[in-house]
Amino acid sequence: MASTIRVRAIANGDTTEVQSLIQHPMDSGFIKDSKGELIPAHHIEVVQFEHGGKTVFTALWGPAVAKDPYLKFSFKGASKGDELKVSWVDNKGQSDSLVAKVQ
Amino acid sequence: MLREILVLGAIAVGAAQTALAADTVDPAVEAKAFRAYFTDRFPKVTLDDFVNGPYSMDEGLRKQWKEIEEFPPYEFAVDKGKEMFATPFANGKTYGDCFSERGVGIRQNYPYFDPKSGQVITLDVALNQCREANGEKPLSFTGDDMAALTAYMAYTSRGKRFDIKLPDDPRARAAYQKGEEYFYTRRGQLNFSCASCHVQSAGNHIRTEVLAPALGIMAAMPIYRSEWGSMGTVSRRLTTCNSQVRAVPLAPEDELYRDVEYFLSYMGNGLPVSGPGARP
Amino acid sequence: MRVRTLINSLAAVAVAGLATAAVAGPADDFNAAYAEAEAASKQAVAMKTQWTTTVAELAAAKKAADAGKYDEAIALAQKAEALANASIAQAKEQQADWRQGVIR
Repeated sequence: MASTIRVRAIANGDTTEVQSLIQHPMDSGFIKDSKGELIPAHHIEVVQFEHGGKTVFTALWGPAVAKDPYLKFSFKGASKGDELKVSWVDNKGQSDSLVAKVQ
Repeated sequence: MLREILVLGAIAVGAAQTALAADTVDPAVEAKAFRAYFTDRFPKVTLDDFVNGPYSMDEGLRKQWKEIEEFPPYEFAVDKGKEMFATPFANGKTYGDCFSERGVGIRQNYPYFDPKSGQVITLDVALNQCREANGEKPLSFTGDDMAALTAYMAYTSRGKRFDIKLPDDPRARAAYQKGEEYFYTRRGQLNFSCASCHVQSAGNHIRTEVLAPALGIMAAMPIYRSEWGSMGTVSRRLTTCNSQVRAVPLAPEDELYRDVEYFLSYMGNGLPVSGPGARP
Repeated sequence: MRVRTLINSLAAVAVAGLATAAVAGPADDFNAAYAEAEAASKQAVAMKTQWTTTVAELAAAKKAADAGKYDEAIALAQKAEALANASIAQAKEQQADWRQGVIR
């Protein structure tokens, strides 16, 4: 099954810029369906990016983040060819992870 | 009695004038005038850029869009569409069997006028015709699956220039004219026509949105709207536009909707496919 | 005995008559108003010019009538009819006028 995570990490000198797109419904738990019933909350709670054994970025998400969330950040200390691990866990305990190479 | 006769007479004359005007309409001339209206009004916009809708009208929006395009939200729908397109039907045939070039890089030819049925056929209708010809149930014209399929087909056709044919057939001409009439007719309690927003107010704001110009407005379809959080078909956009001006929408892919898509696509001939588009 | 029975019968009929008049009046008035509104609404649909607000007002009128609020229901039905008529007038006017906006 295809990963829910798309990531692109581009090294530019000392700084690596990371963009990611994660496929997830991010249901807040406040929206009603066409029958008038609440769609239960189903959203990512933690997203982590790891490089060289260290966590370089952590996001704590909740109901305010929209569907299929996009994320962009930069960090120092990576080089082209290094591995970057992305992982997420949601409120239902579901998770996914992906290892990408810094370009 | 005399007044009634005069009124009826006036209506008859009016109708005759309207009929006369209809017969002397030259779509090629109209398309040229349509294009000139927008290029004259927006001299800083390059012709091809009109297909980018609001982004051709607003620099701030364009910057945000360029960033979004680095990692477009419609990727998931395009991938889903690609998978759907490649998956055979129960009878073993695929979508590719129904289309020229196996269905790759053909978005710019739709809609077309079908002389056999005397109807305008849009890409969405053609896809469902393909399904039904192969024993499959048709997809909802406003649902995610049709949006994913058409998103993939648009994606494979990016950059190709629209080439909508208007054959020398009075029925095709009538479809064009009905589409033109639909486009310029005010409707709904808010009394807007499509032209009210996309001609008169192109580039202006409606609440927080910047209005796309009508020139090339079909080129980016289907569109991923951030407002929807999903990919949506032409039918989805047309029906919601109708509701938003408080007009009860027609059925998706109603003859009039296909006619207006035909008219607008013809007006955008020569412009490049830019779909699937990302919009606010 | 016969006279008393007659008087009693007349009284019974009079009472029944009064009761019927009190119940039938507003409901009949509503039904008439709703029928007119619905007819105009159907014409708007046939002309492909139906407004969403017409549909909403008609539904509200029926809901009020079902709750026994006949005065309100009649007012809503009349409003729905006015909206439907306006949408029909819009379509007729646009049939003649739409060409004025065409880019030439």
